[in-house]
Amino acid sequence: MSDSFSFVLDILPDLAKGLWATLQISLSSYALGMALAIILLPIRAFAPPPLSLFARGYVELFRGTPLLVQLLLIYFGLPSLGLRLDAYTACVVAIGLNSAAYQCEILRSALKGIPEVQFLSAESLGFSTLQIYRYVVLPQALRIAIPALVNELVTLIKESSLASVIGVVELTRRGEYLVAYTFRALEVYAAVALVYLAVCTVASQAARVLEAKLRIPGYEREVSGLI
Amino acid sequence: MSTVLEVEGLRAGYRGVEVLRGVDLEVGKGEKVVVMGPSGSGKSTLLKCIVMLVKPTAGRIVLDGEEITNHGVDLKRVRAKTGFVFQQYNLFPHMTVLRNLTLPLEVVKKVPRKEAERRAMEMLRRFGLEDYAKRYPLQLSGGQQQRVAIARALLMDPVLLLLDEPTSALDPELRREVLEMLFEVAKEGRSMLIVTHELDFAEAAADRIVLMEGGRIIEEGTPDEVFNSPKSELARRFLVELGRGSPGASGRAGPASPSAPPATA
Repeated sequence: MSDSFSFVLDILPDLAKGLWATLQISLSSYALGMALAIILLPIRAFAPPPLSLFARGYVELFRGTPLLVQLLLIYFGLPSLGLRLDAYTACVVAIGLNSAAYQCEILRSALKGIPEVQFLSAESLGFSTLQIYRYVVLPQALRIAIPALVNELVTLIKESSLASVIGVVELTRRGEYLVAYTFRALEVYAAVALVYLAVCTVASQAARVLEAKLRIPGYEREVSGLI
Repeated sequence: MSTVLEVEGLRAGYRGVEVLRGVDLEVGKGEKVVVMGPSGSGKSTLLKCIVMLVKPTAGRIVLDGEEITNHGVDLKRVRAKTGFVFQQYNLFPHMTVLRNLTLPLEVVKKVPRKEAERRAMEMLRRFGLEDYAKRYPLQLSGGQQQRVAIARALLMDPVLLLLDEPTSALDPELRREVLEMLFEVAKEGRSMLIVTHELDFAEAAADRIVLMEGGRIIEEGTPDEVFNSPKSELARRFLVELGRGSPGASGRAGPASPSAPPATA
């Protein structure tokens, strides 16, 4: 047992390198997903039919097919069309495109959670549409969306392990290498799992703190009053 | 008396259903007009049309001398000239009461922050609301929220104050404070157009009562005329339902319970 413990300590620096890659992939693809979602959202929510149908199709496509298949298509399929991406870029693009669909839906449902009177009220005061979103709607919608957005990041951190399939050396792939050298699958994969768990727990806790900090004062009473 | 609002032949609807079927209405400067009528009679739509939150399908609206139903009118500027108070959820819950008041001044009227705060505090003090300045809307009672909403509308110094059932989402014990504030506002001589079921308020504060039914105005007059000698059968029946007017005169037996005002849309 103490042997296992010291073994895990020995491989920690290796796993840390893997974790660094995992974080880079998940944060980059999360940012890419967020940027795309912000472009996609207004099209999905407000644009006239041909455009909004495109956005809706995008969301359905990426939510309705496995991320692994999307990743394989982008890494192995796109070169046939003349677009060759290195493994790292391919997985950031694949996970980013996939996450955009989810983040778009998260933001859309947060927007739908704002009572219509909030729009009317701001409009009746003489606010422009842009001002309504900037001062009234987005600050509230983002607060509503925070838990789901952080949940999406946690999902990405775990799903980024798929990158190992196309040879990106992130946390999971590091683990596979270590198993190949040492044949100690139980200790290595358990350690890998614990590292994921630790990171995801930290992210969730940070979200909880952020949520509490940004919570609209008096909101709990309002909600409990409704139940 | 010069008019602040003229509405002529106004029609409006949602998805093919016509809610307003030709409304003519005038509000004079300083006049307080109360609109009453059963739920679904178009009262709320009428108010929303006046600030073009609902686009009329026909007719014209002249507000403060400007025909706002014309194409190309800057509606933001028109809306900034009116005050509008909804049934509930008027205030922005993520900002303090003070910020709720200063934001429209800063954003819409380009008043500098310091000056906006001075005016906002002055307004809050005038109605005894200064203690709430640093609180958030959801930390206040419904009545307090409505009073702040009215103060915010007044702060824009509107040529016409529109109130859409400002008390009907409130518990009876919270209505009083809102009505008392509205009485005070009414005394200041501001032009007001109010949709409400509050008979006492209508009787005491209104210069004129307008009764609506089925998207049309069916009766109009001073509170005394409308409440005590209504001309139309529909008006009589509606007043009986509100617990007012003599059931005998309506020709229908059985007065509705006065404790059950009609539900509002």
